[in-house]
Amino acid sequence: MKKAISEFFKMVLILLAGKFKKFTMRFKKTKTMKDYMMVYYSQAKSARLTGKKVAWITSGGPVEPLIAMDVIPVYPENHGAMIGASKMGGHLCELAENMGYSADLCSYARSDISCATINGGPIGGLPRPDMLVCCNNICGTVLKWYEIQARYFNVPLFILDTPFCHTEYTEEMGRYVRAQFDEYIVFLEKACGRKFDFDKLKEVGHLSHQGQLLWQAVLDTATHKPSPMSAFDAFYHLALIVTLRGTQDVLDYYTWLAGYMKDRIARGIGAVPNEKYRLLWDNIPIWHRTRWLSEKFASHNACLVADTYTTAWCGALKYIDENNFIDSAAEAHARIYLNIGVDQMAKMVIEMIDKYDVDGFVLHSNRSCKPYSFGQLDIQKIVERERGIPCLMLEADMTDERSFSESQISTRIDAYMEIIKERKNKK
Amino acid sequence: MLTAGIDIGSITAKAAIVEDGKILGTKVIFTGYNAEAAGKSVYEDVLRENALYKSAIKKIVSTGYGRNSVKFADKTFTEIMCHAAGAYHLDKKVRSIIDIGGQDSKAIILDGDGKVKNFVMNDKCAAGTGRFLEVMARALEVDLDEFGAISLKSKKPSKISSLCTVFAESEVISLIAKGEKRQDIIAGIHESIAARVASMSARLGLSEPVMITGGVARNSGVVKALEKKLSMKIEVSPYAQVNGAIGAAFLAASL
Ligand code: SF4
Repeated sequence: MKKAISEFFKMVLILLAGKFKKFTMRFKKTKTMKDYMMVYYSQAKSARLTGKKVAWITSGGPVEPLIAMDVIPVYPENHGAMIGASKMGGHLCELAENMGYSADLCSYARSDISCATINGGPIGGLPRPDMLVCCNNICGTVLKWYEIQARYFNVPLFILDTPFCHTEYTEEMGRYVRAQFDEYIVFLEKACGRKFDFDKLKEVGHLSHQGQLLWQAVLDTATHKPSPMSAFDAFYHLALIVTLRGTQDVLDYYTWLAGYMKDRIARGIGAVPNEKYRLLWDNIPIWHRTRWLSEKFASHNACLVADTYTTAWCGALKYIDENNFIDSAAEAHARIYLNIGVDQMAKMVIEMIDKYDVDGFVLHSNRSCKPYSFGQLDIQKIVERERGIPCLMLEADMTDERSFSESQISTRIDAYMEIIKERKNKK
Repeated sequence: MLTAGIDIGSITAKAAIVEDGKILGTKVIFTGYNAEAAGKSVYEDVLRENALYKSAIKKIVSTGYGRNSVKFADKTFTEIMCHAAGAYHLDKKVRSIIDIGGQDSKAIILDGDGKVKNFVMNDKCAAGTGRFLEVMARALEVDLDEFGAISLKSKKPSKISSLCTVFAESEVISLIAKGEKRQDIIAGIHESIAARVASMSARLGLSEPVMITGGVARNSGVVKALEKKLSMKIEVSPYAQVNGAIGAAFLAASL
């Protein structure tokens, strides 16, 4: 108990020291965001003291039933992003490699696995889980990763298996995934030792849906020229829809944020002071280099106005029926961006290119994330064919800073911007 | 008007002076550990050798990985732009460029006006670059400049299957131990580098005519292996190694 309390205070101190603030914000400091995240992690860290249960869950997993059961969801992937932003990924990955894990394994998995053994990282490790919830709609890596952690912490693991939607979503798939939601509920009842609260789920489902709509509204403000926000801002503000989806906090924050962006539009303030070129970003951010990249592109008067990554947290909106949350959740979880075929991904990318009216497409070929990076070359070719805009592929890793070469990336971006400028000036 | 281009690469620093579309002189020195000093001395050398005063030069463009350390340059461009400008100036028909330098290789596609349409770079790995050849030359105890001529004698190039420079080096050593002919091993090395560069270029889709630039272009064995792999004729730039610097000097003229 004593240890838990001192750990809790240690974390609060670290957060207060500003370690958590790693992202570039060109506009008014959003204290509220920091506050929300601090309260969230404090509550999760002190769950033992308050008698609440903690579940670790994958980013694409159905979190709403957990919230309905008053379980605190914790996201190792969000933690991975924090580790990356704090430039602690390389060290933690190395530790995992010393434990015998391959350097080819996703760096979120590597850093989480090693971090759990030493309570390291920017917040002294995640709180110990009471259960794990893993949905393989994002990748196959999470299955083994969560199995390892279930063994390590000796806690129950629930796996939600979503078949890959190569071309379509069939009725059989629907039934198969839907049936697992019933099993999920049984799992939660057992883990929490009480009956599932369906009324509460309705409420949470509604909040979750509203939150996603608001997140979409925030991202939509970037269609304006100049864009009031950049993808780098979205990477920062994303944390709430990831971690607190299904709560009122998300609605409060994004209502404010959407209003704030609209105000910037009204006052003609752009994220990049002299926005001349608009770009679309693909894949997970290079967390340890967001500031550098943002400044690099801004030095060319280029704004990354949108990205496929943060859009994923409202990308399945069209499948959600807020009045029938659990039935529609099956489809919404199966048909997310990383669980569909390359042709459909390319179609979504092209829709974004048109919607945000961008001059170029920047793809981060992410050494860690195979499902995100595997089809990129095909998507790039489709984009070049269909829209004829220049594309740039950058090779890096979201968390492991050892896979980043500044001078090489710098040359590629400079050369790419030379092409973009020439194209645009020719028009 | 006289203009200068300075290309600071990872291994060598190059300078070129051009006047009204004509190349007056070029110079190559080793970069060493101080890119800024290398930029200065290669520029001073090329001026001295061509009996020119600094004041005669109207504009200077720098390029290459060390482009930002050339403080006296009027503007910097990436080597992609400069190689394109250099190759286009030599032959207006050129549509694709393959550049193999000491530490990276790249493929560039040009439009009809010599503007860059697209490019790819391999800069993560030594395989497919001049560095790969250097390592192999050491293992074989052959002067790198003789590589081309020796390999052309080969009838049956050895198979080098490793994609990694370090593994390929041990593969070469075991081929030596097996008694394979030197010319065959060298030809095999050229085929392996050609395979790397060809698959990188295939991502872009090359269109003819293709010109090869960069230090490795002087190796006729690599050029031949690449032609075979790509099933295309490749024109070797007469200014292979200084093509980037020449391009920079031409770009300076249009500032
Ligand atoms: S492989 Fe990709 S989707 Fe899977 S956990 Fe890693 S980053 Fe996430």
